[in-house]
Amino acid sequence: MKRLLCLVLTLFALTGAAEAEQEAQQIGDAERGRQVFVRCAACHQVGPEATDRIGPHLNGIFDRRAAANAGFDYSPGIRRAADDGLVWDLRRLEAYIENPKALVSGTRMNFSGLDDAQDRADVLAYLRGFSDSPADIPEAAPTARPREVDLTPEILAIVGDREYGEYLSSECTTCHQRDGTSDGIPSITGWPVEDFVVAMHAYRRQIRPHPVMQMMAGRLSDEEIAALATYFGGLE
Amino acid sequence: MKLNRRHFLGASVATVATLSAPTVIGQGKPRVVVVGGGAGGATAARYIAKDSQGAIDVTLVEPTRAYFTCFFSNLYLGGFRELDSLAHTYGRLAQGGVNVVHDWAVAIDREARTVSLAGGGVLAYDRLILAPGIDFVDGAVPGWDISAQHAMPHAYKAGSQTELLKAQIMAMPEGGVFAMVAPPNPFRCPPGPYERVSMVAHLLKASNPSAKILIVDPKEKFSKQALFEEGWQAHYGGMIDRIGPDFGGADVRVDPAAMTVAIDGVVEKVDVCNVIPAQKAGRICDMAGITENGWAPVDGHGMQSRMDENIHVLGDSAQQGDMPKSGFSANSQAKVAAMTVRGVLSGSKVFPAKFSNTCWSLIDTEDGVKVGATYEATDEKIAKVDGFISQTGEDTALRRATYEESLGWYAGITKDIFG
Repeated sequence: MKRLLCLVLTLFALTGAAEAEQEAQQIGDAERGRQVFVRCAACHQVGPEATDRIGPHLNGIFDRRAAANAGFDYSPGIRRAADDGLVWDLRRLEAYIENPKALVSGTRMNFSGLDDAQDRADVLAYLRGFSDSPADIPEAAPTARPREVDLTPEILAIVGDREYGEYLSSECTTCHQRDGTSDGIPSITGWPVEDFVVAMHAYRRQIRPHPVMQMMAGRLSDEEIAALATYFGGLE
Repeated sequence: MKLNRRHFLGASVATVATLSAPTVIGQGKPRVVVVGGGAGGATAARYIAKDSQGAIDVTLVEPTRAYFTCFFSNLYLGGFRELDSLAHTYGRLAQGGVNVVHDWAVAIDREARTVSLAGGGVLAYDRLILAPGIDFVDGAVPGWDISAQHAMPHAYKAGSQTELLKAQIMAMPEGGVFAMVAPPNPFRCPPGPYERVSMVAHLLKASNPSAKILIVDPKEKFSKQALFEEGWQAHYGGMIDRIGPDFGGADVRVDPAAMTVAIDGVVEKVDVCNVIPAQKAGRICDMAGITENGWAPVDGHGMQSRMDENIHVLGDSAQQGDMPKSGFSANSQAKVAAMTVRGVLSGSKVFPAKFSNTCWSLIDTEDGVKVGATYEATDEKIAKVDGFISQTGEDTALRRATYEESLGWYAGITKDIFG
């Protein structure tokens, strides 16, 4: 504990030490997070010497607009999410490391996600130490936070009604072209069913930014999302 | 059982001849006639033909060979689109099984269930879908009528009127005045007049920066007002003046010969005058006797006329409740109507009606904003469920993304409408 406090004090020179310790503890165990970060370090660096590698460096990631690190060549998917207003607050960061594709379709971050809530909390506590003035730090203990994009096996097991999906799809095809053409509006044709389902749930929970999609997904039931995923997944 | 063509033609002629044969499913192919080939009508025709896979005969009656979308026509005025990019033809609908008839519907006999065409033809229907868009209320702007639309264009049905208006703006003298007479509610495309003002300002800022824009408006408030006013201030400071009802905006008359506009009795000389009169349902709805106070009341569950269950009304003409009159709305309503009509005529599954709408507007280069909502059918009306609107003070990246999204939407919806 003493060592953690020491680390926090060093890194949080700009904020009050007591406040910093308290907030850091609320997210998770930064010291343990450093160990978890080893799994990220193949692609990402953080700290005073950090540079962009396969992935961008993560200094100051909290509260930064997505894809905002000038000089890094981001994927079109994450640039689109950034244009839509994706900002790396704690909630979105947690959702992203839980399942990158749930938050950003077409991301190049080839990482299956951290399933363990404690691992996520700890690694975020560690990363937070490299951001100056993060906001949106929750009051509750990390264990009290719901998982953002994790869907129950029951939801993932719903078999979509293709015919219903075809009817519902007519609302989507006002903007998204059925043949997969994408200019200005992304293609939703031929996605793996599970990717489609988690993306729609992420919009419904308003983790993914985009007011139109949040609104459209907001009134779809679990069954309707499954029906759409089945229909669009089956299109060539 | 498959009917051959000869058999079907015979049956169809016989039905017309008896003038009151009831619909008996299975007796012959059920027939749907759609009047109006815009965002509502073309979508409905295309979806019924596509989804019934030949089980329902679909005829679309549309006078023009090439349809110019009213949505995005403001972007042509602003120089962001070519007029040709707004034109759509009906070849793919025809290839998709829709019988496309380029003619005017001039009479509807609801007893006999027939539509008469200006060219002399008569079409029998089991279900009729009316999607004729808007017409203007006679005498809505004193001094203006259809004979004055050359001097003072409305440009609210896109095409030659839009071209004319743009040419007039380009020919304005230095420091001249562009006036717009804005319409009262309800009207097609609620943000439309204000997006148009933005586009005219964009054009004039480059070619004629000392020119002025005057909006004469009978309404207290308008769609996306805070967003437009913020944008006008930021991009076109001092160029645009709006006279609302408090200052006589509801008391306007025009003199097309003198090119003057009298506002609350005060006469202004103007160089271009865009008169957008008060609107009503396309006249064929009146002729069918299904209107009330100018619009055609419908039941949102299937877009059926409240006055005739065999007629569905889509888009601008329909008085349905909370949805704005927009191409997006018409397209959304068309899919519900298509599903309902197929359910009635071919027994296909009918799901609960869902509607949505989003309207994008361009304020200046890459400065796009949007407003949208979802809707559901209640017994009383189509009711709003949820909605959103762009915020003032958004950053340029988001505004640019919104504009680019609108381009994607235009490509998507026109493919959804016209195939």
